[in-house]
Amino acid sequence: MKVIVCAKQVPDTNEIKINPETGSLIRDGVPSILNPDDANALEEALKLKDMYPDTHITVVSMGPPQAQDMLFECLAMGADEAILLSDRAVGGSDTYATSNAISAVIDKYKKEFGDFDIIFGGRQAIDGDTAQVGPQIAEKQHLPQVTYVVDFKLSDDKKTVTVKRQLEDGYEEIEVKTPCMLTCTKELNQPRYMSMKGIFNKDKKITVWSAADCEVDLSVVGLKASPTNVYRSFTPRPKGKGVMVAGDTEAEIAANLIASFKEKHII
Amino acid sequence: MNFQPTKEQEFVRKMVRSFAETECEPIAADIDKEHRFPVETVEKMAKYGLLGIPFPTELGGAGGDHISYAITVEELSRVCASTGVICSAHTSLCCWPIFNYGTAEQKEKYLPDLLSGKKLGAFGLTEPGAGTDASGQQTKAVLDGEEYVLNGSKVFITNGGYADVFVVMAMTDKSKGNHGITAFIVEKGDAGFSIGKTEDKLGICASSTTELIFENCRIPKDRLLGKVGQGFKVAMSTLDGGRIGIASQALGIAQGAFDVTVDYMKSRKQFGRSLSKFQALQFEMAEMKTRIEAARLLVYKAAFKKDQHVPYSVDAAMAKLYAAETAMYVTTKCVQFHGGYGYTKDYPVERMMRDAKITEIYEGTSEVQKMVIAASVFGK
Repeated sequence: MKVIVCAKQVPDTNEIKINPETGSLIRDGVPSILNPDDANALEEALKLKDMYPDTHITVVSMGPPQAQDMLFECLAMGADEAILLSDRAVGGSDTYATSNAISAVIDKYKKEFGDFDIIFGGRQAIDGDTAQVGPQIAEKQHLPQVTYVVDFKLSDDKKTVTVKRQLEDGYEEIEVKTPCMLTCTKELNQPRYMSMKGIFNKDKKITVWSAADCEVDLSVVGLKASPTNVYRSFTPRPKGKGVMVAGDTEAEIAANLIASFKEKHII
Repeated sequence: MNFQPTKEQEFVRKMVRSFAETECEPIAADIDKEHRFPVETVEKMAKYGLLGIPFPTELGGAGGDHISYAITVEELSRVCASTGVICSAHTSLCCWPIFNYGTAEQKEKYLPDLLSGKKLGAFGLTEPGAGTDASGQQTKAVLDGEEYVLNGSKVFITNGGYADVFVVMAMTDKSKGNHGITAFIVEKGDAGFSIGKTEDKLGICASSTTELIFENCRIPKDRLLGKVGQGFKVAMSTLDGGRIGIASQALGIAQGAFDVTVDYMKSRKQFGRSLSKFQALQFEMAEMKTRIEAARLLVYKAAFKKDQHVPYSVDAAMAKLYAAETAMYVTTKCVQFHGGYGYTKDYPVERMMRDAKITEIYEGTSEVQKMVIAASVFGK
C-alpha cells in the first residue's frame, strides 16, 4: 500500500504568548513541534505498516526549511520518506491557498510514484484550529473524505476502509472506498515515540521541493491568493476572580449567597 | 572544538525525555517504595531501541554514538535513577565486553538478543572479599575437558535477578594474580548457576542487586570471553566505559533534583514571597547549575573520546568522580530547600538524594577514580 500523511510543524501553543500591544504571536524561544493530530495521523499509517510491512509511508508538508526537523521526527517514528514544499511563493497562504499547494505536491507525487491508497491528515492544527485544509485537499483531489476519525479498519482486500466518525452527540460508522482522505483525532490512537534506530537511520531522506518543482499554479497560492487573512490576534480579557461566599454555617453561607444574588438582581 | 550537539543527539534527548516523563516518572516513586524492578519499562526501552544504542546496526544495535547513550542514561535518571542504571549496566557492562572481546560466533549468538533488549545483561566482578581490590577474586574456573567448572560467588550484581546473560570474572590461575583472571559468559539456567540474596538498599531500590552463586557450574569452553588470563583487562576496560554510564546517571539525578527544586522554589512562599526571590537561595542554585554543567561537559567529553577511539579512562574517572559528587551536593541541597517536605516521600528529592549516594560507590568508588586520575599525574 502507499500512504500519504499530511503533517505540519506548529509552535507549541502551550508555550506561546501574544504581545498584548501588537496582537502578534511571540514566537521567540517557542519550540516547534509536530502538530499533535498529525502525529495521530502518522501513527495510524504506522499501524498499517506494522500489519502490512510493504506499506510505504510518505509524509508531506509545507513550510519553511526548519520544518525538516519535524519531518526528521516523522521518519524517526517510522515513516519511509518525507517531502517538504518550501518556497517563498507559498508563504502566507491561508487554508484555501495551502490546500492548493499541497494538492499540487500530491499531483507531483502521483506523477513520480504512481497512485496512493490513503491520505491521513490531522483533524486540525493547533496554531490555526481551522480543520479546513484536510477537507479542501480531499475536494481538490476528488477523493471521498471522512473527518474526525476515531476508529479505522482496513478490509482484507485493502479496497475499502471502515471508519468511525466522531460527532458532537455520537458516532457515525462509514465505509469508504480507497483512495480516500481521512482526518484523524487524538482519540484514534496513541502516537509512538521516535525509535533509536529511526533517529540514526541514514538511509531515509527528506526531499525539499520548490513551487516550480511541483508545478504549483502561482496564482492560487501565497498571501495574495488567500481569500482570508488574520486581521488581529488577541488574548481574551481574563475573567475576574471568583467570589468566595463565606459564612460560619451552611445555612449562613446559603443566606449570604441568596443575598448576593438579590443584590445583583439575579433573583 | 564544537559544543553543539548533532541533530541526532538532540532528537535522542527529545525522545528519551518524552519517554522518561511518560513511562518512568509516573511510577518512579511507587517502584522505589515497593522495591519493584520495572519489567514493563524495560520491555518498552527494548521496543524503542534504548538497550543497544552505541552498537552497529548489523548486530542489532541502533548505530548510535556514546554521547547519545550518555544522554539516554542521563534523561532516564533525571526522573528515575533505577531505570537509568538498568540501561547502563546492560549496555556498558554486558553488551560492550561481548562486542569488544567476543569472537564472531559469540557476537552473533548473544548481541542481537541483547541489543534488541530481548535479553537483559549483567556483569559479575565484585565478590565479598574483592571490591576495590578486584585482584582478590575467589571465584575459580577450572577447565575440565570441553567445559569450564565455576565455583564461588559474586555480590552486588546490578540486574542480577532479571538478567539472561552475565559476563563473569573468575580466577583461572591464582599464582598469576591479576593475570590469572579470565572472563566468561554465563547464561541464566546454566547448571550450577543460581541467583542468591537480593540486596535491600538505601537507594536505586527499583533496580535488582543480587548475589550470583556458582556451585560446580559447568559451561562450554567456548564461553571464554577474550583470552585466558585477560579477564582483569576485560573488567577494567569494561568499567572505564561503565563509568561514563554511571557518571551520566549521576548527572541525570542532579539535573532532575535541580529541575523539581526550581519549580518548588517558584511556588513555595515564605515571609510573603517565593523562595525563588531570595538571593541567598538564588546564589546556591547558580552554584548548582554551574556544577551540573561542568559535570555534563566532563561526561560528554569522556563519551566523545570513547567514540573517537582514543584513550579515555582518565576522562571517564574524572567525569564519574565529579558527576557523582555533584549529584550528592545538589540532591542534599535540594532536600534542604524543600525543608520538611523534602524529607518526606511526597516529594521526589528524598528519593533522588538516596539514589545519588550509590554513584559515589559503584563501578569504582570516588577513591578509585582518584587513584586512576592520580596515576595519570604521578604514574602508577
